Amino acid sequence: MDSALIPDGVRRCPLWKFLLGLSVAGAVLLWGVYAMLLCWVKGLNQTNMNDYYGFALWIWADLAVIALGGGAFFTGLLKYVIGKDELKNIINYAVLIGFICYSSALLILAIDVGQPLRSWFIFWHANVHSMLTEVAFCLSCYFAVLTIEYIPLVLENRQLDKVPFFHNLSHNMHSAMAVFAATGAFLSFFHQGSLGGVAGVLFGRPFAFREHILIWPYTFFLFTWSAAAYGPSFTLFITWLTEKITHKKLVKDNVVFLLAKISGWMILTYIAAKSVDTLYWMFQTAPAQGLQWHFFYQNNAFYGKWILFTEIILCGWLPALILVYRPLRERASWRVTAFVLGIIGVSLNRWVMVLQTMAVPVMPFDEWVLYIPSWQEVATTILPVAYGVILIMISYRYLPIFPQEKELNPITIPNGQEPELTTDPQDLAVKTMAVSNSVEEVAAT
Amino acid sequence: MKQTQTHNQKPPQRYGMAIDLDKCTGCGACMVACSAENNVPFKEDETNKLLSITWMKVFRITNGREFPHAEVCYLPRPCQHCAGQHEGHSPCVSVCPATATDYSAQTGIVSQIYTRCFGCRYCMGACPYHARYFNWWDPVWPVGMEKSLSPNVSPRMRGVVEKCSFCFHRYQLARDKAYAEDKREVGEAEYQTACAQACPAGAIVFGDLNNPEHAVSRIAQPDRHDHYKSQNPRAFRLLERLGTNTKVYYLSDREWVRKAGDNYLADENPSASTPPKEHA
Repeated sequence: MDSALIPDGVRRCPLWKFLLGLSVAGAVLLWGVYAMLLCWVKGLNQTNMNDYYGFALWIWADLAVIALGGGAFFTGLLKYVIGKDELKNIINYAVLIGFICYSSALLILAIDVGQPLRSWFIFWHANVHSMLTEVAFCLSCYFAVLTIEYIPLVLENRQLDKVPFFHNLSHNMHSAMAVFAATGAFLSFFHQGSLGGVAGVLFGRPFAFREHILIWPYTFFLFTWSAAAYGPSFTLFITWLTEKITHKKLVKDNVVFLLAKISGWMILTYIAAKSVDTLYWMFQTAPAQGLQWHFFYQNNAFYGKWILFTEIILCGWLPALILVYRPLRERASWRVTAFVLGIIGVSLNRWVMVLQTMAVPVMPFDEWVLYIPSWQEVATTILPVAYGVILIMISYRYLPIFPQEKELNPITIPNGQEPELTTDPQDLAVKTMAVSNSVEEVAAT
Repeated sequence: MKQTQTHNQKPPQRYGMAIDLDKCTGCGACMVACSAENNVPFKEDETNKLLSITWMKVFRITNGREFPHAEVCYLPRPCQHCAGQHEGHSPCVSVCPATATDYSAQTGIVSQIYTRCFGCRYCMGACPYHARYFNWWDPVWPVGMEKSLSPNVSPRMRGVVEKCSFCFHRYQLARDKAYAEDKREVGEAEYQTACAQACPAGAIVFGDLNNPEHAVSRIAQPDRHDHYKSQNPRAFRLLERLGTNTKVYYLSDREWVRKAGDNYLADENPSASTPPKEHA
């Protein structure tokens, strides 16, 4: 029924199956939308946040999805600026995942503020000294860049591509993509960094506060680095998951191995820097404020030293070593294990920088305060996941996300049957134009 | 945001407080007076103190020892009106993305602009004193009580942050009066906070820390050349080592009370602790 919209030369599941899957994700989405409306109509009293937990689950989710979406800017940087051409076979998916992550982050922020209708004040009455202002500006600009990067992909839909204007627009946008990729990398450096700065500048919170280089605390650089390191791992993990769900090989191994190797080396260098930062904080920064590092991991029911071990050793050093060691990297089970550990590690880092920072007492006579999110908070945090699943389902079905899919999954034609030839004159005209454009490109090079 | 002054000029006002913890009985009159004066909203059920708005909050601290050596001290905690390591670099002011909280170089008071706050709560996360409160609900007053609200203080709506303002509306009234009367300066008695006036033990003293004629200045003895650190051996400031440079000074003869005002390593002597570092 929707075969006219499906890309040429690939096979998709029956429409009923697709709609069934869509309705399951849609039901979860509606649950999240209901919770979101409750928060907007009744206010943030629908959450379990309180005056000790001004920042909670949503800010963690925000930071986590932005870190995981870092695959978009870093893969774009590698492909368009550094020139790793093989990555053209995964860049579309990296952009799509980045688009989902960043639009989710903006949605969560819109729910999280007490007066959503005043959100524009952050631009209008901007305090240039605030890291959150930098986050707002760079995040909005980068989301615009991701939208620009996603549009040509949408225009490559089989029917849209038949419209000459869209076809040419898409072609020309592709030509200018290096500029957008470079802009995206520049903006990402600042918004990923400023998200790290949000915690690092809190000199009233010894757990989060870090020394600084010029005006930027160390967390500024660590957040950017970690997003560039773990983001590609997340892109590769979602690619692997998509392959498992669709029962298809979608990206060639050499592409996966290359990005996994880069991600591994980035994680290794990041976790080395993070370890140095942690040791410096343990033995210099915290004691200068009268606190032994043990203090931050005791006398409470949840935050123990296990969290430090899990973040840095188990979900930092271990996935890094797996991914840099070729024999392990090239075995799917080890590689995917490393991706999962890495995703947990970076998410845990964002968790402690938000929630543990709030939980630790600062005044000597104050107490640890723990928090359990309300169902409305959980539902609104799952909402972007459902939205992401829906967008991936639709994009995968109707857009040529994976350039190698056709080659890796040839459609076998039973003996005696002729391949279907197009007789649509408009279709032929567009294909002729595409061929002539390719010829021009070859001539130009 | 930085104060511009030279040694020849008279320094701007720097309103602050001295609270004698040895006098405080923990009666809570300051909390009640503050709430009434500033139209602080309350709910029918205030059992969850993490959701209660208390601009002035009295903490009960103990020396942790057994009877007969057990001692108790009550510590009233308003907003500390931090100046930071360079004037105006308060933990909250520096992070507010929409300039909804500001530092007055003329008075040293940290303000909160309710109509500009959009409720991101970053300032709450930044404040180590938990002196900032979020309006999780719209204020609902018992029938008839709205008639007794102060007309000088705007009630806050749901979704914004609020905090102690050192009764800034009283300063505005006093300043207007003084201006109308030959543009003279605001006198010490003309601008007093509700908590200072309500304290039956006289534990709270309020005034201009930069004016040697004001009692608070004589008690706190702030050293203008060392981030206003007190030169009174009885005095300390809460979490001074963080570099918040607050304007609320606490006094006590008891060493354990003075030590309870900050974090110290096990082998550290409070009087010899390291000075706070400059923040970016």
